[in-house]
Amino acid sequence: MDGEVLKVEKLNAYFNDFHAVKDVDLSVNYHEVVALIGPSGCGKSTFIRCLNRLHEEVPGARCTGNVWLDGQNIYGKGVDPVVVRRNVGMVFQKPNPFPGLSIFDNVAVGLRLAGVTKKSVLSEAVEEALRKSALWTEVKDKLKKPGTGLSGGQQQRLCIARALAVKPPVILMDEPTSALDPISTAKIEELIVELKNDVTVVIVTHNMQQASRISGRTAFFLLGELIEYGKTSKIFTKPQNLKTEQYITGRFG
Amino acid sequence: MLPMHRHVDTDLNDLKDLLLSMGGCVEKAIDEVHEGITKKSESHLAQVEKQEKLINELHTRVDEECLKFLAMQAPVASDLRLVLAVIKINTDLERMGDQTLNICYNGREFLRSTIEQVPKELDSMKKEVRFMVKSALDAFVRQDVELCKKVLNHDDIVDRYRNQIVDQLKTKLKSDPNNTDAYLNLIMIAKNMERLADHATNIAEDVIFVATGTDIRHGHEQIK
Repeated sequence: MDGEVLKVEKLNAYFNDFHAVKDVDLSVNYHEVVALIGPSGCGKSTFIRCLNRLHEEVPGARCTGNVWLDGQNIYGKGVDPVVVRRNVGMVFQKPNPFPGLSIFDNVAVGLRLAGVTKKSVLSEAVEEALRKSALWTEVKDKLKKPGTGLSGGQQQRLCIARALAVKPPVILMDEPTSALDPISTAKIEELIVELKNDVTVVIVTHNMQQASRISGRTAFFLLGELIEYGKTSKIFTKPQNLKTEQYITGRFG
Repeated sequence: MLPMHRHVDTDLNDLKDLLLSMGGCVEKAIDEVHEGITKKSESHLAQVEKQEKLINELHTRVDEECLKFLAMQAPVASDLRLVLAVIKINTDLERMGDQTLNICYNGREFLRSTIEQVPKELDSMKKEVRFMVKSALDAFVRQDVELCKKVLNHDDIVDRYRNQIVDQLKTKLKSDPNNTDAYLNLIMIAKNMERLADHATNIAEDVIFVATGTDIRHGHEQIK
């Protein structure tokens, strides 16, 4: 598919009186990887949590503005946040497989919640998700073992498989490799690039090189504002805004 | 955000200093080779070979330092453009060292001739070339785009001098066939001198790229 999968209009997010995200407009295309960069506390994590209505789960948090997903405003009247979260998957900083659930069940959980019960359908979907998350060959013989028994990198790929299983058009990733070693990080990065064929990825990262390696476009946030959004190749060679230049070259922090 | 001290700036300054040392050797080599030819002095020409050796040593060192810097600092934006420019300027300066050596070899041949005078335009041409090289290096230090534009404009003046010298010597080749070798050597000297100006132009173009992020090569007419 072509065109915009996500369109954010005048998004503002608050924690009580604190204005965390200010008037952000941003669009993301199908089959695109978009990296969000910026110093800690700049609002990038809050921003992506607004893209699947997780932000509102925090007591005292609220947001205004529109987020169009596949042409539907996720903040529109009557929209169920649970359905939104099924369509916009999320992978967090720390791998969080469900304790007590097997590898298979961790991946199948979303499908079961969606009402899928037929074993053959579940098996097929789990295998497909595990293959796409480059984990299948490592776990195919131990699908009944607990997900928490895997290494950190494998657990993170399991979480990606869990998000992929329900075939969402968008997956959000909030620093998915910050707790991983370089090999596991490289595997996840390869995976993200591969995933582009199936899904759009919006990733928050503090690793500049990661942003430059995997994303097509990069957005730089500062103090809740979107300072610059453009082609990653341009941002990392010739940023238009002085603040972007100063941040990515480490002149300010 | 607060301004931060960057260790990377120390490394970048070291790189710049190395490149400027190399530029200094090139400037000295140009002076020596010109003195050697106009004063018919072998001792000056010998100095060119010495400078060229130093230039080659620095050429290798600058490349090594750039490789280390790229691997260890993974620079982006203006830092990346600067290192890229250093690598390119390094090549230009090394070639300039080679050009001065070529001029030196042609100069030695010329020294054997009975001709006492070189075309007076050669002196003017050398002054222009020296101005261009010095200005390009100064512009690199200060990232001075205006000075770069001056360098680009002066390239045309050098070309004109080269053409004048070649025309003059072609006439002499016909009228004084006994000194054919000497005139051919002088033509080669003028051509190599003009190539030095071309390398100075390349440096100025690279500096504009560092300062503005705009690649003006192959179309610097617009920026003049």
